[in-house]
Amino acid sequence: MSLLKAENIHKRYGKEEVLKGVSLELERGETMVVIGPSGTGKSTFLRCINQLTPPDKGRVWLDGVEVTHPKCNINRLRAQMGFVFQDFNLFSHLNTLRNVSIGLTKVKGIRKEDARKLAMKELERVGLDDKIDAYPAQLSGGQQQRVSIARALAMEPKLILFDEPTSALDPELIGEVLEVMIKLAKDGMTMLVVTHEMGFARAVADEIVFMEHGVIVEQGNPQQMFSAPKHPRTGEFLNKITELYGETE
Amino acid sequence: MLLRATLINIELLFALLFLGLLLGTVVALLQVYGGRFAGTLAAGYAWVFRSIPALVLLFLFYFGPSQFGVNIPPFIAATLALGIRSSAYQSQIFRGAIQAIPQGQMMAARSMGMSRLQGIITIIIPQALRLSLAGWSNEFSSVVKDTTLAYVVGLNEVLRHARIIMDRHYELAMLAYLAVAVIFFVLTYSGNRSLGWLEGRLRIPGLQMKGGTQNK
Repeated sequence: MSLLKAENIHKRYGKEEVLKGVSLELERGETMVVIGPSGTGKSTFLRCINQLTPPDKGRVWLDGVEVTHPKCNINRLRAQMGFVFQDFNLFSHLNTLRNVSIGLTKVKGIRKEDARKLAMKELERVGLDDKIDAYPAQLSGGQQQRVSIARALAMEPKLILFDEPTSALDPELIGEVLEVMIKLAKDGMTMLVVTHEMGFARAVADEIVFMEHGVIVEQGNPQQMFSAPKHPRTGEFLNKITELYGETE
Repeated sequence: MLLRATLINIELLFALLFLGLLLGTVVALLQVYGGRFAGTLAAGYAWVFRSIPALVLLFLFYFGPSQFGVNIPPFIAATLALGIRSSAYQSQIFRGAIQAIPQGQMMAARSMGMSRLQGIITIIIPQALRLSLAGWSNEFSSVVKDTTLAYVVGLNEVLRHARIIMDRHYELAMLAYLAVAVIFFVLTYSGNRSLGWLEGRLRIPGLQMKGGTQNK
């Protein structure tokens, strides 16, 4: 059984149908990268998975439990799915350590001292254990995003959803975030990543999904997608994106 | 004698501010998160109690119940009338602050599994109260002086005592009212200084709104 299964997801904003029936499955430990032009519903799709944006139609299962079921405990299911935002969304009134530990104390009900220890462990993992007292506004964008990854990791989620995690960063700060993500992927974390970073996709993706106009155009392993895409649009897009962003790693 | 009476004003001030803070927060939260029905109700509450003169509210709360045989002590009536009025003003200060907080804060809270209420309590309110302090010190300056209005319902506060002094020794009238003026200047000044200090204490290091400024 796959860890994450999305079936026929539809979402409409007013007249525009952003998602026109998207389905995919993600195995435990797999890293899937979703690419595609902006405005094709990639971010909306991620939000449909953890119900931040409930889909109009379609169903989602996490580890066999239906997330879209009207009677499910959505808070409990969300706690098992980390979410990393494009613009970090760290809690601005809390220091680094509290940002990472607050979910442990408030959602998981872990004692404060224990939560602190667990948070420290995750901050070490992203290389920011020397910044525990700093507030988000005192950190660089790259550091903030690493804290937000630690915040997601601390909850010990079954998978992490990444919504363009490097798109709001200055070019020289992208590397440190990708480095953390590559390490995570290699450690076996299940990840669904919306990104334009082809270097990352090439390095760790088990599968690449190309989305356009609210549907999945093509999906396959990186080698096949980069060297022999079946659909002409996939090739065009990959060429353009590689030209624009280069192959940062 | 005047200073002793001032204590009553200060007690009334704290009581009404506390009531106003409590009710004002609830009204603001309902207005932002309460959905259509509760939101409209909250907005209506804010409109009504900002539209009625403070003196009229005092009379209503003091004399209204006594028409039905319920006698309310002047202090309680004044606290209710001025507190509810203040809550209407405070609610709008908080509402502005809550709406200034980026939506991503609530989204991040929900995405880690917090309920909406948990998000409001642990993430939104602590940030909104900080943002409210500057506007709140304005409301404070205004209600400090409103406490003197309570003398119309017979509360033994400072203005009533000045009036008693005038009735007994007309030659001291000017002096008595000047003293009251000085007392309120000191109260307003020290209150605002304390709030300014609090604002500095609670300021989040490094944080400012995009393109905004912090005071020195």
